[in-house]
Amino acid sequence: MSGNSMNGSGVNPGLVNGNSMNADVRLQIKDGTEIVDNGMNERKTILDHVDLAVRAGEFVTVLGGNGAGKSTLFNVVSGTLPLTRGQVLINGRDVTHESEVARASSVARVFQDPKMGTAPRMSVAENLLLALRRGRRRRVWPRDLDAHRERFRELCAGIGNGLEEHLDTPAGNLSGGQRQALSLIMATIEEPDLLLLDEHTAALDPKTSKQLMRITAEKIKQSHLTCLMITHRMDDALVYGDRLIVMSKGGIARDLDREQKRELTMPDLLQFFEDGF
Amino acid sequence: MIISSIGQGMLWSILGLGIFMTYRILGFPDMTTEGSFPLGGAVCVAAITQGVNPLLATLLGIGAGMCAGLVTGLLYTKGRIPVVLAGILVMSALNSVMLFVMRSPNLSLLGLPRLSDAFRGVTLPDHYDTVFIGLIAVIVVVSLMAFFFNTEFGQAYIATGDNATMARSLGIRTDRMTIVGLVLSNGLIALSGALIAQNDGYADVSKGIGTIVIGLSSIIIGEVIYGELTFFQRMLATVVGSIIYQLLILLVIRLGFDTTYLKFFSAVVLSACMLIPQLRKSLKLTTGFERGGGAAARQEAAL
Repeated sequence: MSGNSMNGSGVNPGLVNGNSMNADVRLQIKDGTEIVDNGMNERKTILDHVDLAVRAGEFVTVLGGNGAGKSTLFNVVSGTLPLTRGQVLINGRDVTHESEVARASSVARVFQDPKMGTAPRMSVAENLLLALRRGRRRRVWPRDLDAHRERFRELCAGIGNGLEEHLDTPAGNLSGGQRQALSLIMATIEEPDLLLLDEHTAALDPKTSKQLMRITAEKIKQSHLTCLMITHRMDDALVYGDRLIVMSKGGIARDLDREQKRELTMPDLLQFFEDGF
Repeated sequence: MIISSIGQGMLWSILGLGIFMTYRILGFPDMTTEGSFPLGGAVCVAAITQGVNPLLATLLGIGAGMCAGLVTGLLYTKGRIPVVLAGILVMSALNSVMLFVMRSPNLSLLGLPRLSDAFRGVTLPDHYDTVFIGLIAVIVVVSLMAFFFNTEFGQAYIATGDNATMARSLGIRTDRMTIVGLVLSNGLIALSGALIAQNDGYADVSKGIGTIVIGLSSIIIGEVIYGELTFFQRMLATVVGSIIYQLLILLVIRLGFDTTYLKFFSAVVLSACMLIPQLRKSLKLTTGFERGGGAAARQEAAL
């Protein structure tokens, strides 16, 4: 797995623990810069020299206003958007020039829009089966749905919103909350090296959103997943995660570790936004 | 005549099943159809006139159709040419390819062997050989498709059409899936062309005109009649839809319509079937077709 990355030169300055081995770093972005053409021949920098290192097992919440670069950061990590300049390393392997499809074996995503993460005309079980082979070759071989049915039922039952009753229901007929729960199970069914949650509770009503967030945190803890979560809900940003990144104008404006985050209060967070960072 | 129409319907249903693979699963109409259908017939008939065994000639026809699908797929995915235009380009080019293969705009099989000769030993009433060939072809094709869609690869193919963003995030190469779909689809369409050319006793460059309308009609008639179905049933519904379409044509001919204007009638049938869900929605009609119309409307919406 490890490529040419053991050169130590790219250790992130934000990584306080100097003893930490490079191998411990799950995700690393070095000098990540994204410049786009806005269609009128004006070049706009939407990600500005970002340096970020995320250690294995870390749960990072990402906060920031509109246009701060949060989604761009995710697109750069997942490979849907190639960097203009800089490098992306996952598990020390340089994936900067790898496509989204090639990175799928290590990166899993849950999108904001419940429609984005599931195939509407395929059943819940079929969707789960697709996710089970994330990043692996799709063989011309019978899929054997029945062999996995029991495990799927258990996984869905663990969510607690009746999803297990709908294993054969097309995903398009589920409620938004059920669909997002399904997306979450799909993203975590084969433990990914990196889980990206892009405001995955934002489209749900407050109660469902809260419930899904609780389940998400449980899953992350249970499987020791490395996770980045974009959120607009400040209270979620305060409660969840063991590191908080605040983005602004395409850069990382604040990077608070577990201790700093613990001392953080809601007024502090609001102040970040007031100040415009 | 009715038996003949049923047999014809089965042969044409392979075309419908081919179009099903792109139109209903990937969600776009593939215009290559109008080229790969007569191409299958042209290559098959040309091969038979050169002394090739009819079964092998049919396989060659399939191969030619697959190549056509491959070109459309590459133009669309790698060349980023809009898929309808890519199909039209290939369709148009195939006209010349057929003229090159046949050395004339049409080619007769008069006095030459064909697949139906396999039944020469048995005494069958007229047109039953068509029905048998059609039945065998339908069974083989539907079984292969059912197997394919049930594999990991087939599921990834369905997912590509259903939600390409999700498919890519799960590591499915959607471009490759699209190409494979066009190759397989056009292989089936060419098979249908090869079987029909042998049944008609000749191949003709102009036979492709309007074939996409016939294929789509089979799919949509099946959906309007049966409504919500499982995947496997939807393929069978397409076969039934194709037979009904041929019977409708027979009826029109029996009613004394001028066959010169048959294509006009075909277009009207397809338009009418596609309008049914829309009309029902605006008129709020409740008929025996209620369930069927609803499902068809949803499928439309899903595309």
